[in-house]
Amino acid sequence: MNIIVCAKQVPDTNEVKIDPVRGTLIREGVPSILNPDDANALEAALQLKDKYPGSTVSVISMGPAQATYMLRECLAMGADEAYLLSARAFGGADTCATSTTLAAGIKKIGKFDIIFAGRQAIDGDTAQVGPQTAQRLGLPIVTYVDKIVEVNDKKAVVHRQLEDGYEVIEVDMPCVLTCVKELNEPRYMTVGGIVSAFEREITVWDNNDVGLAPEECGLKASPTQVLRSFTPAPKGKGEMLSGTIQEMAADLVSKLTAKHVI
Amino acid sequence: MIFSEKHQLIRQLVRGFVEKELTSDILDEVEASGEFPLDIQKKMAKAGFYGIKIPKEYGGQGADNLAYVIMLEEFCRVSPVASLYVNSPNSLSGGPILLSGTPEQIEKYLRPTVNGDIMVAFGLTEPGAGSDAGGMTTTAVKDGDYYVLNGRKSFITMAPLADYTVIYAKTDPKKGTKGISAFIVDMKLPGVSLGKNEHKMGLIGCATSDIVLEDVRVHKDDLLGEENMGFINAMKTLDGGRLGVAAQSIGCAQGCLDESIKYAKERKQFGRRIADFQAISFMIADMATKLAAAKELVYNAAIMKDRNDSNASMYCSMAKYYASEICNEIAAKAVQIHGGYGFMKEYRVERLYRDCRVFTIYEGTSQVQQMVISGALLKK
Repeated sequence: MNIIVCAKQVPDTNEVKIDPVRGTLIREGVPSILNPDDANALEAALQLKDKYPGSTVSVISMGPAQATYMLRECLAMGADEAYLLSARAFGGADTCATSTTLAAGIKKIGKFDIIFAGRQAIDGDTAQVGPQTAQRLGLPIVTYVDKIVEVNDKKAVVHRQLEDGYEVIEVDMPCVLTCVKELNEPRYMTVGGIVSAFEREITVWDNNDVGLAPEECGLKASPTQVLRSFTPAPKGKGEMLSGTIQEMAADLVSKLTAKHVI
Repeated sequence: MIFSEKHQLIRQLVRGFVEKELTSDILDEVEASGEFPLDIQKKMAKAGFYGIKIPKEYGGQGADNLAYVIMLEEFCRVSPVASLYVNSPNSLSGGPILLSGTPEQIEKYLRPTVNGDIMVAFGLTEPGAGSDAGGMTTTAVKDGDYYVLNGRKSFITMAPLADYTVIYAKTDPKKGTKGISAFIVDMKLPGVSLGKNEHKMGLIGCATSDIVLEDVRVHKDDLLGEENMGFINAMKTLDGGRLGVAAQSIGCAQGCLDESIKYAKERKQFGRRIADFQAISFMIADMATKLAAAKELVYNAAIMKDRNDSNASMYCSMAKYYASEICNEIAAKAVQIHGGYGFMKEYRVERLYRDCRVFTIYEGTSQVQQMVISGALLKK
């Protein structure tokens, strides 16, 4: 089975701070990591490979040259191939342009049976790139996958996470699945895997390699622009009501009435 | 020291592993029970830690001495006892076999050690032969296809857990260190028995005991290396081991420094953080500076070893000597900064303080390192 994983290198948001004046992320000195949901996507791919020996897992990413570090982490976990889409023309891409570029890269890789992606990246939190990439490739997609029941060469049966339950979805292959952290626990790299990862080449393609004109990618092909980013003011402290059910209900109604909520 | 991306990624792997697996609850349980969880040992083997610097053709991971140092440092920052488990197959367990093993011995003993399937202990020290390893009295007398071993080995780390032990014994007592041979002894052989489990000051969770050998018949296939060449094997193994203890020292010292900084910022006395008192802040400055110096010494020794530099051995001794001494100094200061709380077992520095005490003692005391260093400088 030919398996593709879409991955992104992101700033570790546990360490990131926001510039209070400009409202932008302060990236200096913040470590870059493999996007957590993408690690779950890669784990899903590797488990499929464990099940179908002889499968190939290829990881693809769009990003600057330093994203090779993240791709080597993927190789050290067990991926077979790594591709980096990197060019000045790709800079400033929104999710629309990113998915155009990823889809072009995936078409260039060629053969695939299934594509895994993380649900969303922790820096942008849009959850749009996976679905848009599926759209551009003309593939069915299931988002928020938290359980894989079965995957064979004809179809996949998965659970799609909902806020209050889950859907069981059967989807034709080839397809795209976006993964949430509940799907699995990503394996550790191995030391030997790291050693080999640095002995291997990572394929780097620019926009010409994947057949995209400069105006089809990056900022020029991005219909959305970030107007402003800011830290939302923290919510006030919650209030716990106490007393009997009747008392608490009466209390709640009077508070909500006072705030003109009801 | 600026690390390559490869070494950074190895550090990331080990740090992530240690932070996730070696939680305070688990480590408290290890301390209370004296046993180290098997499932974590298996995970450590699977991640490749047991064979980090063993060549890939022998089932290892094929990384270098610098990677080995980084691994031990990160383990020891959180748990010195856990570092013994990942160190041993690369050092005292695997080392003698890697140095002198036949292809058959490597397949039979080294590969499963690296995979975590068997444990091998290192039996050199005796009740009357510590630093003076050549003064050992254990003997091996040839009898047909067998050697008959008699004697007692002491303070053998992991002996109660081991499947095999590399035992050094005199095959030619008249020749001193040139009459010592190494044997791979199956711990199930008739005549092999264990002393009581030692009650140690620290590193609790990795059992240590004596090994008693009474007319133990070891087949000649389990002679490791040539007859009478065992002492060189032991010394070369210890030479590599010194770098490991140096790495443990900088890791443990880092753990002590981290805890001290955290505590100094939290603890308030006389209406302010104790970090705001110069007596405390200067102590932390000293600890950090000495640790930084020790780290450079240890990383440099590792790189010299990776380059097969002829002075590597002396630099490994310097690294072990300095790093283990300042680790003890830093640990003592860490307890001091913690005050009464540092004397209590609930605080991490209490355990680190006890764990690191042996670093200036095992695998060559500080005084033996001084002998090695001065010997290298003055004997030429």
